[in-house]
Amino acid sequence: MHIVVCIKQVPDSAQIRIHPVTNTIMRQGVPAIINPFDLFSLEEALRLKDKVGARVTVLTMGPPMAETSLRKALSLGADDAVLLTDRKFAGSDTLATSYALTSAIQKLAEEDPVDIVFCGKQTVDGDTAQVGPGIATRLGFEQLTYITKIEDLDIASREIVVQRRSEGGVQVLKTKLPCMITMLEGTNTIRFGKMDDLFRAARYELKTWSRDFTGAEEGRVGLKGSPTVVSKVFVPKPRAEKAKMIVADADTPDAMAAAAIDAIFAAQPKLAGDLLARAAAGL
Amino acid sequence: MSEPSKPQGRKFQLPEHLKIYKNVWVIVEQERGIVHSVSLELLGEARKLADKLGVEVGAVVLGADSPDLNRICGDAIGYGADIVYKVTDPALADYRTDPYCRVMTEVVNTHKPEIVLLGATTLGRDLAGAIATTLATGLTADCTELDIYADNRSLAATRPTFGGTLLCTIQTLAYRPQMATVRPRVMAMPERDDARTGRVIEIQPDLREEDIVTKVLNFIADREQNEAQLAFADIIVSAGKGLGKVENMKLVFDLARVLGAEVGVTRPLVQAGWATNDRQVGQTGKTVRPKLYIAAGISGAIQHRVGMEKSDLILAINTDPNATIFDFAHLGLVGDALKILPALTDAFGRRLSINRMAG
Repeated sequence: MHIVVCIKQVPDSAQIRIHPVTNTIMRQGVPAIINPFDLFSLEEALRLKDKVGARVTVLTMGPPMAETSLRKALSLGADDAVLLTDRKFAGSDTLATSYALTSAIQKLAEEDPVDIVFCGKQTVDGDTAQVGPGIATRLGFEQLTYITKIEDLDIASREIVVQRRSEGGVQVLKTKLPCMITMLEGTNTIRFGKMDDLFRAARYELKTWSRDFTGAEEGRVGLKGSPTVVSKVFVPKPRAEKAKMIVADADTPDAMAAAAIDAIFAAQPKLAGDLLARAAAGL
Repeated sequence: MSEPSKPQGRKFQLPEHLKIYKNVWVIVEQERGIVHSVSLELLGEARKLADKLGVEVGAVVLGADSPDLNRICGDAIGYGADIVYKVTDPALADYRTDPYCRVMTEVVNTHKPEIVLLGATTLGRDLAGAIATTLATGLTADCTELDIYADNRSLAATRPTFGGTLLCTIQTLAYRPQMATVRPRVMAMPERDDARTGRVIEIQPDLREEDIVTKVLNFIADREQNEAQLAFADIIVSAGKGLGKVENMKLVFDLARVLGAEVGVTRPLVQAGWATNDRQVGQTGKTVRPKLYIAAGISGAIQHRVGMEKSDLILAINTDPNATIFDFAHLGLVGDALKILPALTDAFGRRLSINRMAG
């Protein structure tokens, strides 16, 4: 079994600040981390490795500094790591990114056929959730997104049974390898790496691949290969007025609560009516 | 054209053969006969875009042929569609990526819509990513605003990025269709008009179950479970870190019970294990649009704000008079949520003459 896990190095979005004057993102001092959603997928891949035996290759596309995220994944137990990096990839949107990553996965498959590709549910910087489905479609793999549980994996018959989150419930799906899986957040607890994996990760010689090496066509990556164009970036407009502050007769919780309810009912008479009707109906 | 610097080597003019693409489509999401409300919200939005472009609204309804599906086709017209593409096959009864993607690719290639909209749901995002790849076109995820650029008639799709700290507007200039997914509860629900008429085009795709690798073994509906239904709640009482400790969550649930409300939380509370992620409101959680949103002990981080700022009325309770949340809440109360929540519970209880005591 050969499992490829696609990860992305992202700025920790919780720590991003906007420059008050220029309205640009201030990246200085913002730590780069593995996209948190990717870790749930990496963990699931490592669990499959523990359970049924597999070689886990971790793949990322990004600038040379993304190497640190690959080493982190190696220290958690991934066997191999590939950094897909080339200035020609800069500016790729999700269509171009999934094409570039697919070219690298196909290159990996030439040596060792790929049975499962794991991707993060989405990234915390782009939030699109489009790269995983893009890769699955290009590879012709079965697509399993928002997976909450891998119930069963039978190597001999190449059958996999999973639970998939949908809006109205949970689907139990049975399909065949090869497939692309994205795990839902909170599906498993991310492990701490073992000491010997940590040492191996530090010594590991990364594979660094360029566009030429994977054979991805130049016109289909980077800005040229991206159908979408960012025409405007801006900071959300603050609401014109600030909150109307509620002032109570006395500084007691009861007086404040009473004043708050008066203010709510005054602003939303219909809501007050609905609530009273509901109470009268004994609900 | 009022557009920033154009990078070298990119196509910005729509090629001649793509100019015949017209109409605004919504892929109507239905699961076991139940339409997701985001599809109806999108029909209202598609109506506005189509009126600006002077074109028609198309709704694509996919599934196994049934009375439910016919009812949904009627709903689509009532909520704004001029044409319904009713695509039926037993293999489309349950959502699976492969048959849905294959069928949609073919229907789009045949009928050539210029804009295709889907809900940013588990189904919509799964399907949109696949279709955009087979059609090799642009897709903008999780939009919160859609408009038409007057100068070139292209779709301006605005979405939050970097966890909501920034918004960006994205266009697909030289490719068709232009695709976008839109968050549920962001667009207003249109009024249903039973007098509206429309045409139904029946499509029977060439699908064979034996060609479809993925099988649906079972479906466990949430209706039979006891999960939070935040997205559809009229009133939400939400808690943030200001509540101090997990035991104080009881105060939030007490008030919610008196109001018949749902309980929401911020992301740090989910991470701390105080609540499950089905209660998380915000960028990586649910977008909500209740009539009343009570935010207790929530500072107002942008990641939370983008999930709840469309609420009709936001009441914020915070000890810090300078908390960011007062910048976008409608009503502000400076005070200790731990004391005010029980007082609100009692006072609402009395006003609503609810006899049973909370707790």
